[in-house]
Amino acid sequence: MKRWFQSKSINTPSPVGAILSYLVLGFWAVLILFPLYWLIVTSFKNSGQVNEGPFYIPFVDFKPTLDAWKYILVGDLSKDTIRNFTNTAIVAPISALLALIFGATAAYALVRFEYRPRVGAILTFIGCVILSILLVSAGLTWQIALVVSFVLFFILLQTIGRRFKRALGNNDIAFWMISQRMLPPIAVVIPIYLIFQQLHLLDTYTALIITYVASNLPIVIWLMRDYISNIPIELEECASIDGASRYRIFWSIVLPLAVPGLVATFLFVLVFTWNEYLLALFLSSAKVQTLPLTIAAQNATRGPQWWNMSVLILIMIVPVIVIAIILERYITRGLLIGAVKG
Amino acid sequence: MDTRNDETQPARLHTIISGTADRLVGTIFLLPTVLALLFLSIFPLIASLYVSLTKFDIALGGFKLTFVGLKNYKDLFTGSEGTHFLGEFAPNTPLTWTVFGLIVIALAIFLARYFLNARISIGGLIGRLMLTLGLGLSSWMLVHTLWNGGRLGTASITLVYVFVGIFFQYILGLGLALLTVQNLPGRRFFRVIFLLPMMITPVGVAYMFRMLTDTSKGPFTPIWQAFGLTDFSWVNNPWSARTAILIGDIWQWTPFMFIVLVAALESQPTEPIEAATVDGANSWQIFRHITWPSIIPVSMTLILIRLIEAFKIVDLPNVMTNGGPGTATQSLTYHAYINWRALDLGASAAVAYMLLFLVTFFSMIFVNLIRQQTVETL
Repeated sequence: MKRWFQSKSINTPSPVGAILSYLVLGFWAVLILFPLYWLIVTSFKNSGQVNEGPFYIPFVDFKPTLDAWKYILVGDLSKDTIRNFTNTAIVAPISALLALIFGATAAYALVRFEYRPRVGAILTFIGCVILSILLVSAGLTWQIALVVSFVLFFILLQTIGRRFKRALGNNDIAFWMISQRMLPPIAVVIPIYLIFQQLHLLDTYTALIITYVASNLPIVIWLMRDYISNIPIELEECASIDGASRYRIFWSIVLPLAVPGLVATFLFVLVFTWNEYLLALFLSSAKVQTLPLTIAAQNATRGPQWWNMSVLILIMIVPVIVIAIILERYITRGLLIGAVKG
Repeated sequence: MDTRNDETQPARLHTIISGTADRLVGTIFLLPTVLALLFLSIFPLIASLYVSLTKFDIALGGFKLTFVGLKNYKDLFTGSEGTHFLGEFAPNTPLTWTVFGLIVIALAIFLARYFLNARISIGGLIGRLMLTLGLGLSSWMLVHTLWNGGRLGTASITLVYVFVGIFFQYILGLGLALLTVQNLPGRRFFRVIFLLPMMITPVGVAYMFRMLTDTSKGPFTPIWQAFGLTDFSWVNNPWSARTAILIGDIWQWTPFMFIVLVAALESQPTEPIEAATVDGANSWQIFRHITWPSIIPVSMTLILIRLIEAFKIVDLPNVMTNGGPGTATQSLTYHAYINWRALDLGASAAVAYMLLFLVTFFSMIFVNLIRQQTVETL
């Protein structure tokens, strides 16, 4: 009797524990899958079948139709769908990868190096930003205003900026970074639109990618900071004694050991950029529209087109699921085992 | 990086370059990020602050901003916009006095302990006074709007979404993560399934939940009918509408907590656990003294990120309930969005800035008190 409650090895649950685990996991899986099942069923319905009441099982309850799928994939909407799908498939992975590269290096730097930005320098900088905005609103073109304040910034930095001794630390930098996500997008979207309008970058991949990278960097940094600080510093010290440069240590020791964190973080950022709606709405007009815009557009004047929406949502999640299945294996245990002893 | 070329190349040039690169390594690693953030954050921040101090009008050939000072903020605390933002205050009753009194006592004890025990610094003192004041004011607001005739304003509703949502997301995420790091056949299948909700675009999730919660054509209609609730619509009751939105939010964001915690649990070294098992520790002791301390830092980061993101909830209330009944499910971002749609950009930016204050306040508390204490007292 007792063996039912005993586990064979550390990480393997006892038979009773395993059954209980499966029950909980199964229950949650049903909670996750049922809404998705409903999406799939709805995508094979027409408007009458949706509105007359709940029908659950195709062929038994109702006669499935491919109308919505045809409409989206080969019919009237197919050109838009394919174009927006391609755009999403270009913008999202590139932004996620760039955010991961810059974010991981910055996270490593924040964990292992010490930064002491002077309060004086920061205040000077803010002052010059405000000055340049005032100059622009006084009628100067933004190029001249920018140059003037840059020059002033460097002069002040060399003179007054050095007088203040107080300095901030790494945690303050990290908090400043995460605070960039605190303003609701609805408040920042118009200024961002204006920036890209001035740079003539509206409706380009560049604008979307830059915005997505910048808005996701804080998340990458905060997540990677924790993963990287879990890596034993002894390894890096050993490599350093053996004469490896910082870059080499980062590239061949830190990054390989941080793979589970890197993969998990990449997945998020990919998902966030893949699904982003509001910024895409403003920064793209025709050429680089992404798929979330197509979904929202299905809420037409005749009411939401549930069947089309379901098809589009399903089309959108398939690629991400494939990527998640491929990447999931890298989020596994044991990469650090034996590393310290060796 | 081909190291074999080292000997054939002029040694001096190489050392100069690598020496400079080594000295600048800190700058090189951090600078791109700082520049990217400065480029896209400083200007929007200042621009929207300015807009919040103005009145926006459509004018010939574009728009016109008239400076009105703090009027937009003043409006948020008075009149009809005041009830929208802060809620409708119910008269005092013994119950509200008791609850509020208890909170005040708790805050007073917190302050007193600081004065008696710790070394007092100016920064710490100001921080703690602001914390007490902020928590006191927000509990005053909650006590008077939650019960007997009070009505929640968008600020309190957002707080409800944030704290209830994050609580359940974290508990569920942690539980599921612990279950799926066990050595069970099929755990990878479950992991991929559990990730799915996060991958659907938020707008899509919102529409999906509107389909599911429809009482006449949604899949749960037979259940509603069995309970005789066909005429009942969850949309008409403030708390059932909020619950529906919270369920959608929890459904969508538990995976976020889940997968980060899985990655954290998986990158734990196994030696300490092995050693503890040999010494006869049970699984609760192992969790409490080995696993839990090692996932605290990641958990704190997760909660902070979700805290910041959850304050911006807008798609679910917008699509599922249109903010109704009345304003009962409107979040702060939704409030800003309504003003924005009405082309009152000044008021919209003012709401956005109030949201910014709230988020900053709660994240500061979180980072400075909770995160530091839990991470340091390990």
